[in-house]
Amino acid sequence: MFKRLVEVLAVSAACLAAVPAAAQEPLKIGMVVEMSGGFADFGMQMMNGARAYMKVHGDTVAGRKVQLIVKDTTGVPDVAKRVAQELVTNEKVDFLAGFGLTPSALAVASLATEAKKPMIVMNAATSIITTRSPYIARVSFTLPQVTAPLATWALRNGITRAYTLVADYGPGIDAETQFKKTFTASGGQIVGDVRTPMRNPEFAPFLQRIKDARPQAVFVFLPAGEQAVGFMKGFAERELDKAGIKLIATGDVTEDGVIEAMGDAPLGVVTTQHYSVAHDSAQNRIFLKAYAEVSGSSQRANFMAVGAWDGMAAIYEVARRLNGKIDGDKAMEILKGMKIDSPRGPVTIDPTTRDPIETIYVRRVERLKDGKLYNVEFDQFTNVKDPTR
Amino acid sequence: MLTSFLGVLFDGLAYGMLLFLISVGLSVTLGLMNFINLAHGAFGMLGGYVCVLALQSWGLPFFVMLPAVFVVSALAGLVLERVLYRYLYRRSHLDQVLATIGLTFMSIAAATYFFGPLQQPLQVPKFLSGQVSVLGVDLNIYRGFLLAVGVALTIVLTLALERTRFGASVRASVDKPRVAEGLGIRVGLVFQITFAVGCGLAGLGGALGVQVLGLDPVFPLKFIVYFLLVVAVGGTSSLKGPLYAALLLGVIDVAGKYYVPQIGAFIIYAMMIVLLVIRPHGLVSRQ
Repeated sequence: MFKRLVEVLAVSAACLAAVPAAAQEPLKIGMVVEMSGGFADFGMQMMNGARAYMKVHGDTVAGRKVQLIVKDTTGVPDVAKRVAQELVTNEKVDFLAGFGLTPSALAVASLATEAKKPMIVMNAATSIITTRSPYIARVSFTLPQVTAPLATWALRNGITRAYTLVADYGPGIDAETQFKKTFTASGGQIVGDVRTPMRNPEFAPFLQRIKDARPQAVFVFLPAGEQAVGFMKGFAERELDKAGIKLIATGDVTEDGVIEAMGDAPLGVVTTQHYSVAHDSAQNRIFLKAYAEVSGSSQRANFMAVGAWDGMAAIYEVARRLNGKIDGDKAMEILKGMKIDSPRGPVTIDPTTRDPIETIYVRRVERLKDGKLYNVEFDQFTNVKDPTR
Repeated sequence: MLTSFLGVLFDGLAYGMLLFLISVGLSVTLGLMNFINLAHGAFGMLGGYVCVLALQSWGLPFFVMLPAVFVVSALAGLVLERVLYRYLYRRSHLDQVLATIGLTFMSIAAATYFFGPLQQPLQVPKFLSGQVSVLGVDLNIYRGFLLAVGVALTIVLTLALERTRFGASVRASVDKPRVAEGLGIRVGLVFQITFAVGCGLAGLGGALGVQVLGLDPVFPLKFIVYFLLVVAVGGTSSLKGPLYAALLLGVIDVAGKYYVPQIGAFIIYAMMIVLLVIRPHGLVSRQ
């Protein structure tokens, strides 16, 4: 009898001991990002952006140690869904985060709804993403949001005849539609449009077509990276600039991470976006310093790294306000209307659309004193919302 | 109208020539040695990276870089032939495909490790960039250069295969290895050299292609479709087949994208299907 009692006591003691241990469970953030394949750079940027945030703000929040679990989508939506599923069921993550590409974000949306997991979109920029689940909040940007100000800026600066060239997938079509809408609404004329295939090693024929149409400017959206580099090279090679055609684009095309691979081609190109490494603010300096330390390479941070930094800021804030007890519905209530002091400037998450409201900058590519190319901000549109929502 | 057509024709031929340059190495190994080397693109990528390093870091002149790239890629081919490929010659085609596709993935991982996932910056020398206007048609100088290299290479390779003793021993070794051996031809050595030349050509094609196609670690997979397309449509029995196929596909691809951009990306594949239905053994096939 006595022996039995000891056993019971021992078991209860073990249980009691386990309780505080459970409260100290790490705060798990499952990052679903592209770590290999053609968009591997997206994942690297986001992972390092998130790590940089943890380096500066500590890896503990509301008494819980933050654990970042990075899973590779390889750029394929089905894989994104599978790894997200693993993160939810096996790892029991508190947040889903990341998402460089729209198709990956869309593939995981229904999972976020089912599991009631807050899903923080740190990059993917097609408008519809946040409509696919009430558990999605986006801290990055949408393409219509950066495109509309560019169309307005172009008209103000005497460009009235434009051609559009976009990559043939969700964000490209968003950008094309918005540019045409804003541009023609105020008297601009679209003289032609073309959508280029996603797997497209050769821009020459498209560029020649544009050159022959002789517009004042060509508006371009292409995903950051190889396509942007290929396009810029072709643009210079075919001497469209000498034919008097201006290049205006979303910031993806002259993205900070790849711009050095373009040589002199992008000099003078005007783009709109929410972030440039050349942005002058204290927050940005802290961010860039931490990023450089974490990444350990000379490669520059870009808007995706900032998206990840801000996504982590949002997650930390939610964790603090909920005292470390993450509940999907409560987390979403806190995310709605949250203000983030981002390296790009102030950002507010729109309470109705869960998309960011932020400043969109107009920038021109210049070679600064350190001999490198930068997107230098010279004009801005404040408190821009996604105009399609 | 006519000038734009001539422009398209020029761009198409140049693009086709580039396709030929990056595929010709494969048609050498596949056509002559009956060996399926899906890691062909990896040698192309190696050539691309050597090219970028040579121009950017070592400061070699452009025309010194090209032979250097050929030599480095050929040496890499030679080493791999010794340690890996020669054991696969007698294996089934499936084994060859599996082994070499594995090698492709390894090369992608290795390139990512050493060079990072980013696009490599490359500026061609000033005298090869820009455009010249000939009879109202804007011709891109680099593309003209590609055309010239392609033509020169075709002539050299054809002569080497059809007019030299080595060419004869290659053909003999492929058709009847035992008889060739009996005649005193060192079949192993012949294959080794042929394979190395194929790899060297792949590297050269990769280096020449960087300016147009770009270069990142996924290069071998991204362009594998194009290599195979050219070789499948052209047939593997001679160098002429892939050459014609590449030029035809290049012109059709560029013209399609220029005149009907809505469906431009698919035309090259539609054309492949049509050509393979008409001539299942390739444009120029052995009877």
